[in-house]
Amino acid sequence: MSIGHTLLGLLEAGPRHGYDLKRAFDEKFGHDRPLHYGQVYSTMSRLLKNGLVEVDAVEAGDGPERKRYAITEAGVTDVERWLTTPEKPEPYLQSTLYTKVVLALLTQRNAADVLDVQRAEHLRGMRILTDRKRKGDLADQLICDHALFHMEADLRWLELTAARLDKLRQAVTR
Amino acid sequence: MTPPPGSLLCAEQLRKVYGPTVALDGAEFSIHPGEVVAVMGPSGSGKSTLLHCLAGIVTPDSGTIMYQDRELSAMSDGERSALRRSDFGFVFQFGQLVPELTCVENVALPLRLNGTPRRPAEQAALKWMERLEVDDLAKKRPGEVSGGQGQRVAVARALVTEPRVLFADEPTGALDSLNGERVMELLTDAARTTNAAVVLVTHEARVAAYSDREIVVRDGRSRDMERAV
Ligand SMILES: Nc1ncnc2c1ncn2[C@@H]1O[C@H](COP(=O)(O)OP(=O)(O)OP(=O)(O)O)[C@@H](O)[C@H]1O
Ligand SMILES: [Mg+2]
Repeated sequence: MSIGHTLLGLLEAGPRHGYDLKRAFDEKFGHDRPLHYGQVYSTMSRLLKNGLVEVDAVEAGDGPERKRYAITEAGVTDVERWLTTPEKPEPYLQSTLYTKVVLALLTQRNAADVLDVQRAEHLRGMRILTDRKRKGDLADQLICDHALFHMEADLRWLELTAARLDKLRQAVTR
Repeated sequence: MTPPPGSLLCAEQLRKVYGPTVALDGAEFSIHPGEVVAVMGPSGSGKSTLLHCLAGIVTPDSGTIMYQDRELSAMSDGERSALRRSDFGFVFQFGQLVPELTCVENVALPLRLNGTPRRPAEQAALKWMERLEVDDLAKKRPGEVSGGQGQRVAVARALVTEPRVLFADEPTGALDSLNGERVMELLTDAARTTNAAVVLVTHEARVAAYSDREIVVRDGRSRDMERAV
């Protein structure tokens, strides 16, 4: 996730201090991983350098927490572009799982076990998310659903691969 | 066979053959009161056959099924159907409601068949319809409600006798994900309040994620995924 774009988007509602931005971020998006202050300030200084935000007010004293940031026109355009550009579908997990399965076949290990163990792990993760979803508010539900659909896609791939293991073995050991 | 401690329903070495097809080939199963167990696996692997055997609808060619301390195969047909009516509830993918009856009459039906008079039966039915959030459909006929609503009515009907075991074969198979998950949420909540065990056949991982544990059936053999890891 792009922290920069998210912080920019939060600034569209009005100028905020760094600590206030962090709080807003954590509350809305930081379910698993709250931001570090360092991340906020390094991101803000990058956005400043690129002209996407400006310092709108500085309180007396020193330290980065004194600055209040406002989004610039260029910043708004940047958020707009980010929101209207689709993300690359990430094939991140499949490539690791595929490697494991092929390697298991090549080394005469039990590839079905590799798949089954992964399958059980995925379902365990899905149970935890489902539980969190049941207890949570709408925001939790939407976030958990996204993760659930992804894990489901992985699981379907695991099933399909399990069903094609014999063919895959022939193909890779030829 | 000695059932695992605390088990309500369990099966060992189940084998069922249909002509040349081996539907079950040494399947095992066990469930505690209040537990939700998902039965997963590819199409044709024997999931429904396993469920039907466990529920005493189909008799396996060999193997043992114990419900509490009784062996299912040692019972007469009459005893088995009495057990199904008193202790088991069923939800299937579709077409289970009687079209001529209103929804509340459908839900009350299992109680009526057990001899409960109309009024208390329909009162109990309404209570379950409230729990499944379909009490406003009481006077409608199944043809006048949506698939998701009908499925909730069917769940209410399966639970109205407060069964010890609820058998559900693809209960959300005909629903979209939002409705399917709502049905699962209500079904598992309702089962938990009565401490019923749920045998849930599904091929959808998101539905299985409502279970406590899953087994996978492949080629008529079951694998307990707890033990896979
Ligand atoms: N009454 C029957 N007569 C003949 N063959 C049957 C019968 N019931 C099941 N079978 C066969 O037994 C095998 C297992 O069927 P079963 O219905 O248990 O599969 P399943 O896992 O529930 O599949 P699905 O996910 O498609 O519902 C299949 O090959 C099926 O064709
Ligand atoms: Mg089936």
